[in-house]
Amino acid sequence: MFQVRIHGRGGQGVVTAAEMLSVAAFDEGRHAQAFPSFGSERMGAPVVAFCRIDDREIRLREPIMEPDAIIIQDPTLLHQVDVFAGLRKDGYILINTSKTFDQLGLGDMVRDWRQERLCTVPAMELALKHVGRPVPNVPLLGGFAAVAGVLRLESVIKAIGERFSGKVAAGNIAAAKEAHAIVKAEMDEARRKETQHA
Amino acid sequence: MLKQTEGSRAVAEAVAMCRPEVICAYPISPQTHIVEALGEMVKDGTLSPCEFINVESEFAAMSVAIGSAAAGARSYTATASQGLLFMAEAVYNASGLGLPIVMTVANRAIGAPINIWNDHSDALSQRDSGWLQLFAETNQEALDLHIQAFRLAEELSLPVMVCMDGFILTHAYERVDMPTQAQVDAYLPKYVPRQVLDPGEPVSIGAMVGPEAFMEVRYLAHAKQMEALELIPSYAAEFKSVFGRDSGGLTHTYRTEDAETIIVAMGSVLGTIKDVIDEMREEGHKIGVLGITLFRPFPLARVRESLQGAKRVVVLEKSMAVGLGGILSTNVRMALSGLHMHGYTVIAGLGGRAITKKSLHGLFRQAGQDALEPLTFLDLDWNMVNKQLEREKAHRRSGPVAENLLRDVGVVAARNY
Repeated sequence: MFQVRIHGRGGQGVVTAAEMLSVAAFDEGRHAQAFPSFGSERMGAPVVAFCRIDDREIRLREPIMEPDAIIIQDPTLLHQVDVFAGLRKDGYILINTSKTFDQLGLGDMVRDWRQERLCTVPAMELALKHVGRPVPNVPLLGGFAAVAGVLRLESVIKAIGERFSGKVAAGNIAAAKEAHAIVKAEMDEARRKETQHA
Repeated sequence: MLKQTEGSRAVAEAVAMCRPEVICAYPISPQTHIVEALGEMVKDGTLSPCEFINVESEFAAMSVAIGSAAAGARSYTATASQGLLFMAEAVYNASGLGLPIVMTVANRAIGAPINIWNDHSDALSQRDSGWLQLFAETNQEALDLHIQAFRLAEELSLPVMVCMDGFILTHAYERVDMPTQAQVDAYLPKYVPRQVLDPGEPVSIGAMVGPEAFMEVRYLAHAKQMEALELIPSYAAEFKSVFGRDSGGLTHTYRTEDAETIIVAMGSVLGTIKDVIDEMREEGHKIGVLGITLFRPFPLARVRESLQGAKRVVVLEKSMAVGLGGILSTNVRMALSGLHMHGYTVIAGLGGRAITKKSLHGLFRQAGQDALEPLTFLDLDWNMVNKQLEREKAHRRSGPVAENLLRDVGVVAARNY
């Protein structure tokens, strides 16, 4: 089973992102379960959503406490919420930011982690560029397809098409593709550096 | 057809396939998505003929359902938590009058303190209301139970409550197999009321009944509910022949054949329990679980038969009877009367407290060694409790409990993971 936890703020499409991940996994013939962390959601308040992906029926109903991957839609949460709680070393981290892990003050935490699993993507900018709205959730899913390798970009694109239509769908697909390319380039760069060190 | 969708949406589509003629609802989270979706289907004509009635309260919702059911229309509503309590008087009237309304209860805690999260307090507060009560384990079962509920309600002329865990199921996206309209039509016959308000053939429904006949009317309500114990297994079998899957019935057992320890539970927590049981079985523990699908009428004989071979029974429930202990466990205890075995009550998951595999592993191991207290509150924070008790000892005006406890924990945003 692969477990993803998504952190963001009310209004950023956190719950939608988890649902779309589950739809993408379903489209690949897998079992998936997406659910929000329930609370009194408000615009701007910290929100968490979860997605489990497996090859067999998922019966487990507990919140995801030990995720394999974390998607952070809003980097200001780093100072407010323990977003990395339960993430094991060498888990996957994808952050919506144009900064590096060092610039975010996370350099020490992940110093000896597998660098190709630590990615950032300026999802907010991509959303503004392609969709015209500051909603980073969908581009991050494109990036996620690159980093964790559990879902294909094509499935994410298909899920976007099922959720949105017209211009919004087209914009989000373009943003997801660009995010995917950015993350993939980052990973390749990290692998290249690691090979040099070896 | 397989699809990945939200629990509420799946239930709404299943209810629509049952061709309800009147839907009345007052929105209360977490069932809102169900009636929202149905409202859209009525508006765009997908669900027709059907009248969607926006009402001013839950009391009105049930009152309208009573009226429409009495007029011979297949009637549906949904609610949760305080909404169910607010309609309570009409809930009793619906069953007392023998009107086959189907209602979803998206289970949630009851205040005070105000809490919007899942447990079974709402539905279980209405356990003696005369409604049949079914509990779903998954979204698939939730949508299947609705289809069976209309059939059952209309055959018995009694209302049926389909209970599904609020948020945990209603808001979860997962795979469901949506039936076709043709399948539902083949399974659910047209509604032929046993009593109907018809100007052409006038009758009155709702007479005042004095001591001369009140007990007999009540007895008949009981006898009629008991008929469901016979009907439900046959309806579930027929459901399987039409839809090709096991759903509903009185109870479900999992790995209980040679089990020394049997857990009893209702609703979505059964999934987590099954995962824990698989892991414990691999380590050689003889443990299984009995899921209660039908809570009212309570299947005493079936429960007894399923549990009598065990050495111990652990009832894990998301409800409590303040001043007594458990509600489900009291019912289970009745099924076991005269049998010698250890019985434990575990109150868990109240007000949305997560029930984790880790806690269940610890709990079931303790139970296996008979080291469990007769009444256990799973993952209770004793420091928090004791601090408040000391405060109450120290000061007469110790202040409101809920506010004191929140101050002690500090309010933590999105803490539940």
